[in-house]
Amino acid sequence: MTDTELRVSKIEDGTVIDHITGGQALNVLAILGIDGGSGEEVSVGMNVPSDRLGRKDIVKVEDRELSQNEVDVLSLIAPAATINIVRGFDVVEKHRVSRPEEVTGVLSCPNANCITTESEPVDSHFEVLEEGVRCTYCDTLVRESIAAHISVA
Amino acid sequence: MRHDHLLSAKQLSRGDIETVLDRAAALADDPGAAADAHADRLLGLCFFEPSTRTKMSFDAAMKRLGGDTIEMGGVDSSSVTKGESLADTVRVIEGYADALVLRHPSEGSAQLASEFVDVPVINAGDGAGQHPTQTLLDLYTIRENAGFEDLSVGIMGDLKYGRTVHSLAHALTNFDASQHFVSPESLRLPRSVRYDLHETGAQIREHTDVEDVIEALDVLYVTRIQRERFPDENEYRKVAGEYRIDADLLERADDDLTVMHPLPRVDEIAPDVDETDHATYFEQAHNGVPVRMALLDLML
Ligand SMILES: [Zn+2]
Repeated sequence: MTDTELRVSKIEDGTVIDHITGGQALNVLAILGIDGGSGEEVSVGMNVPSDRLGRKDIVKVEDRELSQNEVDVLSLIAPAATINIVRGFDVVEKHRVSRPEEVTGVLSCPNANCITTESEPVDSHFEVLEEGVRCTYCDTLVRESIAAHISVA
Repeated sequence: MRHDHLLSAKQLSRGDIETVLDRAAALADDPGAAADAHADRLLGLCFFEPSTRTKMSFDAAMKRLGGDTIEMGGVDSSSVTKGESLADTVRVIEGYADALVLRHPSEGSAQLASEFVDVPVINAGDGAGQHPTQTLLDLYTIRENAGFEDLSVGIMGDLKYGRTVHSLAHALTNFDASQHFVSPESLRLPRSVRYDLHETGAQIREHTDVEDVIEALDVLYVTRIQRERFPDENEYRKVAGEYRIDADLLERADDDLTVMHPLPRVDEIAPDVDETDHATYFEQAHNGVPVRMALLDLML
């Protein structure tokens, strides 16, 4: 076991998100709606050396087990991410993120003339395509820099 | 048609289109046939943007089916100026009418409205998005004049913001049609529409000069290039001058070329074209009534 792995597995209960694309850790937290505001203990490692990715980010969240639905949306910005659920210092579940078919909320439509950018009582809604996502209201395609469209409420 | 709403031309199959056009043809032959078909039914005309023909032709269509229309008045006099959301507005009007026709400046507005009401919603133009009822009357006009077999259609002008263009391009993928898009680089077809056309395997070509393609066309669909799309007057004048059709240019076209325009035109079609056999845009505008009658008859 390398030092890095040791360090990230050292929470007692919670979730470790490993193998995040380097530099995307804060976007991962934004997508998950974790800003430390509700007192959860969060550790972030950025640009940690990785055999698989060269550099990777790691996020540890104490006392919170993330559901598959919550983590799948991460696949849009961190397709190689792995999710480790930790209980009593042991990893009890380990899974990968898979691409969801659609994303509700989370992203905001880059088309300033889209009805979802106005004060209407709807969440943004995107269909996930092979490459990128598409607004189901105005059809706008987002293929590059999806992370730039993450809306932090 | 099995659809609860008509939001985008993308949802229309060839079968749907032919059902509407066949019914429209029957109604055009015998307008009295449906005179009482929808008596006591009310159509809500929700126009958040100025419109004369689309609104008038829905009004005429509904009244010719024996029904009536109600409308919300100018946007400045309505509750919209008081900051009411579209979702609230349509939920109120839903209680007054059996179906809603919506024209709104934002893309996706008809989709949103359809999620909040139980009555049918018909998109009569959502920003630079879609205008599917215009497309149905365009297709009716194409079928009457050129037919759908081995069709070559040129679509010219503002392809980026032109909602009639987006809807027509989607709908034509149902037919054996090659599509030629003619525009300045800055107003070319949006990426989302090019993506859809690519996905359907449609044959499309893009051009910047109509002269490159005029001889090959069965239909030329001209749209207006708007002043506000350009940073300065000179640039606009230059482009507008290049995307203009006149009788001289049409000398080179096939004798049977059908020239269409969703109207209103400004000067992208010279008046001398009106005198030629190519000019079909007034007939096209008139087709709005039977086609919208057919659509309402099928949806209500
Ligand atoms: Zn949108």
